[in-house]
Amino acid sequence: MLSERTPVRFYQVGSFAVGNRLVELERRSAQSDPRRANSLSSGHRACAGCGEALGARYALDAAMRATRGQLICVNSTGCLEVFSTPYPETSWRVAWLHSLFANAASVATGVAAGLRATGRDVVRVVAQGGDGGTADIGFGALSGMFERNDDVLFICYDNQGYMNTGVQRSSTTPGAARTATTQAVGPQPGNAFGQGKDVARLAMAHEIPYVATATVADLFDLESKVERAMSLHGARYLHVLVPCPLGWGTLSKDTIALARLAHETGIFPVFEAEYGEVTSSVPLRHRTAVEEYLRPQKRFAHLFDKSGAVTSPDVVARIQALADRNIRRYSLVPDEDQ
Amino acid sequence: MQRQIEGSLAIAEAVALCRPQVVCAYPISPQTHIIEALGAMVKEGALDNCEFVNVDSEMAAMSVAIGASAVGARSYTATASQGLLYMIEAVYNAAGLGLPVVMTLANRAIGAPINIWNDHTDAMAVRDAGWIQLFAETNQEAVDLHVLAFALAEELSVPVMVCVDGFILTHSIERVDLPDQDVVDRLVPPFAPRQVLDPNDPVSIGAMVGPEAFTEVRYLAQLRMRRALEVIPELAERNADAWHRPPTGLIHPYRSIDATLIVVAMGSVLGTIKDVVDDLRATGVNIGALGISCFRPFPVNEVREQLRSATRVVVVEKAFSIGNGGVLSTDIAMALRDRRVTVHTVVAGLGGRPIWAASLRALFVNAAEGTLPATVFCDLNEELVERELERMTHDRSSRSLARRDRAE
Amino acid sequence: MTTPFAITLGVGSSLANKTGSWRVERPVYVDRHPPCNNACPAGEATQGWLYQAEEGNYEAAWRLIMASNPLPAIMGRACFHPCESACNRVQIDEAVGINAVERFLGDRAIDEGWTVPVSAPPSGKRVLVVGSGPAGLAAAYHLVLLGHEVVVYEAAPQCGGMLRYGIPQYRLPRAVVDAEIDRIAAMGVRFEVERRVENVADAMQRGAFDAAFVGIGAQRGKHPDIPSGDAAKVLDAVSMLHGVEEGALPALGRRVVIYGGGDTAMDAARTAQRLGAAETILVYRRTRDQMPAHDEEVCDAALEGVQMRWLSTVSRADGGRLLIETMVLNDQGLAEGTGHFEELEADSLVLALGQDTDLTLFDGDVAVDTTRGVVHVDDHQMTGHAGLFCGGDAAAGPSAERTVTAAVGDGARAAAAIDAWLAGVTLAPTVIPPLASADRLNPWYYADASRTLRPRLEAARRRSNFDEVVGGLTAEDALFEARRCMSCGNCFECDNCYGVCPDNAVIKLGPGQRYEFNLDYCKGCGICATECPCGAIDMVPEHH
Repeated sequence: MLSERTPVRFYQVGSFAVGNRLVELERRSAQSDPRRANSLSSGHRACAGCGEALGARYALDAAMRATRGQLICVNSTGCLEVFSTPYPETSWRVAWLHSLFANAASVATGVAAGLRATGRDVVRVVAQGGDGGTADIGFGALSGMFERNDDVLFICYDNQGYMNTGVQRSSTTPGAARTATTQAVGPQPGNAFGQGKDVARLAMAHEIPYVATATVADLFDLESKVERAMSLHGARYLHVLVPCPLGWGTLSKDTIALARLAHETGIFPVFEAEYGEVTSSVPLRHRTAVEEYLRPQKRFAHLFDKSGAVTSPDVVARIQALADRNIRRYSLVPDEDQ
Repeated sequence: MQRQIEGSLAIAEAVALCRPQVVCAYPISPQTHIIEALGAMVKEGALDNCEFVNVDSEMAAMSVAIGASAVGARSYTATASQGLLYMIEAVYNAAGLGLPVVMTLANRAIGAPINIWNDHTDAMAVRDAGWIQLFAETNQEAVDLHVLAFALAEELSVPVMVCVDGFILTHSIERVDLPDQDVVDRLVPPFAPRQVLDPNDPVSIGAMVGPEAFTEVRYLAQLRMRRALEVIPELAERNADAWHRPPTGLIHPYRSIDATLIVVAMGSVLGTIKDVVDDLRATGVNIGALGISCFRPFPVNEVREQLRSATRVVVVEKAFSIGNGGVLSTDIAMALRDRRVTVHTVVAGLGGRPIWAASLRALFVNAAEGTLPATVFCDLNEELVERELERMTHDRSSRSLARRDRAE
Repeated sequence: MTTPFAITLGVGSSLANKTGSWRVERPVYVDRHPPCNNACPAGEATQGWLYQAEEGNYEAAWRLIMASNPLPAIMGRACFHPCESACNRVQIDEAVGINAVERFLGDRAIDEGWTVPVSAPPSGKRVLVVGSGPAGLAAAYHLVLLGHEVVVYEAAPQCGGMLRYGIPQYRLPRAVVDAEIDRIAAMGVRFEVERRVENVADAMQRGAFDAAFVGIGAQRGKHPDIPSGDAAKVLDAVSMLHGVEEGALPALGRRVVIYGGGDTAMDAARTAQRLGAAETILVYRRTRDQMPAHDEEVCDAALEGVQMRWLSTVSRADGGRLLIETMVLNDQGLAEGTGHFEELEADSLVLALGQDTDLTLFDGDVAVDTTRGVVHVDDHQMTGHAGLFCGGDAAAGPSAERTVTAAVGDGARAAAAIDAWLAGVTLAPTVIPPLASADRLNPWYYADASRTLRPRLEAARRRSNFDEVVGGLTAEDALFEARRCMSCGNCFECDNCYGVCPDNAVIKLGPGQRYEFNLDYCKGCGICATECPCGAIDMVPEHH
């Protein structure tokens, strides 16, 4: 039977579902493994449907698999840190260190340096934080780590705002989004356009060995990027979009669905780059208009009426234009002649 | 080995003798020569098994030290002034996490106005951070204290800051006896961390602690800090035996056994003070001095003991708490609170102003005669101040300030 | 290592925090009725055997088919696969080629000589099966499996009924029919050919049968009253096809008109083409959309050169010519005559206007209701005569269709009912779960894959022979096709719930064992249900 099975490379759900009984064990996702690391274990206090909790386990389990468990994780202050380690309980199963909000990248540099100095550089280092600890307060440290090409993979779980402190704007909050500090009031409700940081591109500008983006909606893609990152040395950066039911005003069950829409609309391009050059991107499977992504999110509710009809076509068009630019920039629709 | 050497280079040599494994470098005067020298030693291979990291800020410097220390690497950095303030969050953090980082603080004033010269304001800004703070009187002591600092920090899992007067010590060249490597290796054994990040025995370091346990965490930290008051003399004695020099203990009394007037100070100014004490003793003033080598933890019992004969204490300070007064003075007053002792504060040497022996002598004489005010700014240019206050009376926004000052 | 108090914590200690108490909804695994299973008149557990085939477990897959349908190789050719019409995969790309996989499995079983062992102890009961078409074969197979002694009386010289005498060989090679009947015979069913049953009650009595199943089909072509001249050559499609099978090739002439729009009309037209007709014209009173024939058949007929005349009726037949009236659809969509006539040259007219059943074997049995020319049966295929069952084209029972597949379903259903009746017990009603509808799927997870087409004989090579037109799938293609199944409504262990839970609250029980929820930690976020590709998780309100 096996000999007949081998040539057929179609597996019912392919590599889209977490596991697949038809796929060889070694080609399955780390998440499908009943002995997976569960780097972030049960009992954590993340909201129901938390994208960041999911993203962190996905990424760290993959890193644990790639390093055969020889991993140390540094965490910046934020939701992830708060919900995982309130005394007297920790949810981490990896060696884990939290220092401050702004300094995760630097602490990770120190961990890597310390391991090298003590002859233990077989142990690999991951630093992780939210968008605040990455794009805002932690950016200086991150940029320094990139510039020195320290042997650290930094993972940003981007939920596009300061959710832990009550949903305030960060430099990754998208235009028009309502937050507690960009209220949906006045003539231009929500966050201003044209500001904010594209950290992946900033990382690329440092010409570090590896930069990638991913979402919690495409596990295999995320895992393969972590694996690729761990196969390299030097500074590496992975930016993972993690929808936040609280901050985005979405249903807890729709966390992955929204991450998927972020990709399928082109508003969040999924790609990877090496030494400053884009090397691949994940094409859209079902190109979708941005309003399908915006509509389920209460932070964009001011763009729609009660029936879901667009009431701010100019704003939606502006967001659509951003998505279209991503589609062109990263060739997300390969056949599109643009 | 006796060498005629710049203070910064002597400190760098002493640090190198302690075999640091990670050295974080960010330039700021007046500590820069230290990390430059260490960088050169690492680069040329004189200091091996050491990672020298050129970081992007002082915040990163302390953070890298934290990360390195958490995986069991002996970590060192140096800073001063604004740099210390820029890393202050990480300074607290290293102490909170119980990581035995050693840092040299080349004491310098804090702006604005920006000022690169020496005073103790920077050290005072972090006195509550949970670090052990040792003050060197001379470059020899600076060398000896650095060797002690590594052993002390690792013994207690508490970070140690060695405070050295910027320029006055860091940039002065004098004879220093640098210990031999084998001696230092004996005094500073390999780092055996209390806790270490290990993938094979993982823990979570840096948990969030709420009201239910935060007080206990702080109370335990206090106990550990107080323990330093026993460990420092032990280490100082042991080190002194090894290198045949007087111990660098908690305090340095000078002719204070029977003195009724005792001058208390920290750092290099003690040299000048001792000269003045000798001078006044010769004229019959019953004066002595007390150097505080260990400012945090504050050696209350030792200070009380050494000040038992005093009826009047003059604290010469290179810092003060604006709106109140001397910082060290407050600690001295606390230590003497059940005694009938008058405590004066002499604020001197701010922003690098020279502290002249003649000025001190005049103040101490006043003290002996009972005419010294509670708080004095040494060598204050009163004419300048008068002129400025006068100008302020014509400036509506400053008028009330000028009036109040005159009323006092 | 003596860790500092409170600041440093031992790994995984959060397991002490049971976040399940947060939950307002809980997930539950459900099994839904797949649309393919639901649509199968033969009652096949289609999704179940596809599941086996996905793993390359072809024999297991075949045995699952055999649990309901004893004729996979035949069905893989002759079935009009309502399962595929119902398949949810249409929402993604195209329906799963279930029929092709079934044929692959059926053919492989014949090649490998797989058999079904009879393990039931002999019941001591004798059951008569009248007719060896698909209904009779299915009934006989299931009855013999249940331990009964089964005798099949077949009027024709060979077994198979319409499988042999109705469906042309280019659609269903006779070797396949023989192989599957032989397999049933080898199980102990006794076939007696050229044994016409004149009266079923007598036959039961004479043969000491405890029960009987009648599956005699509808073998008589309908002859509507079309005025015909003496010289006109008019015959019916059933007789024509029967004749072809027996080697009595009808002389149809160069120009043949087939009158009718059902599958039998297509069979007759395509057969006429193969018998050498220069022109075959199909005349149908309504439009193509309204033709009852399956689209695939119509397309093949057109491809093979059959011409179609829609909205036309034959009003009169004379030697060499027909009078055709043009029709028009009225407001209700019904065809009406226009009064406009034209002539059409034709050497012969083949009537394919439906079939009737010869019900004379029930004569005198007042308990059997045969009004409107069909045998009326209850939900268990039993006639008014206790112990006498009927199914297939002859019966008007639960299945309204008149297809091979419906006949097999009738036979299987009747066998179960006969078994129960013989034992004096009542069949428990089958509980069917709610349908696994397409809106419950999360289609994103299914990899894009269009269906594998079976190879087809080129049209030019179909003219003068009865070679099978549609080929079989290779093993690789069959595997590919099986894997296109989305397992609608039933867990297929894709690990998605296990992976997407932010709280690690899904326990993986191991291959074949599926999963269970760890309600100690499940916060009830519902991601597992949203992200279940096949819709096998429901969220239900929690009652703490």
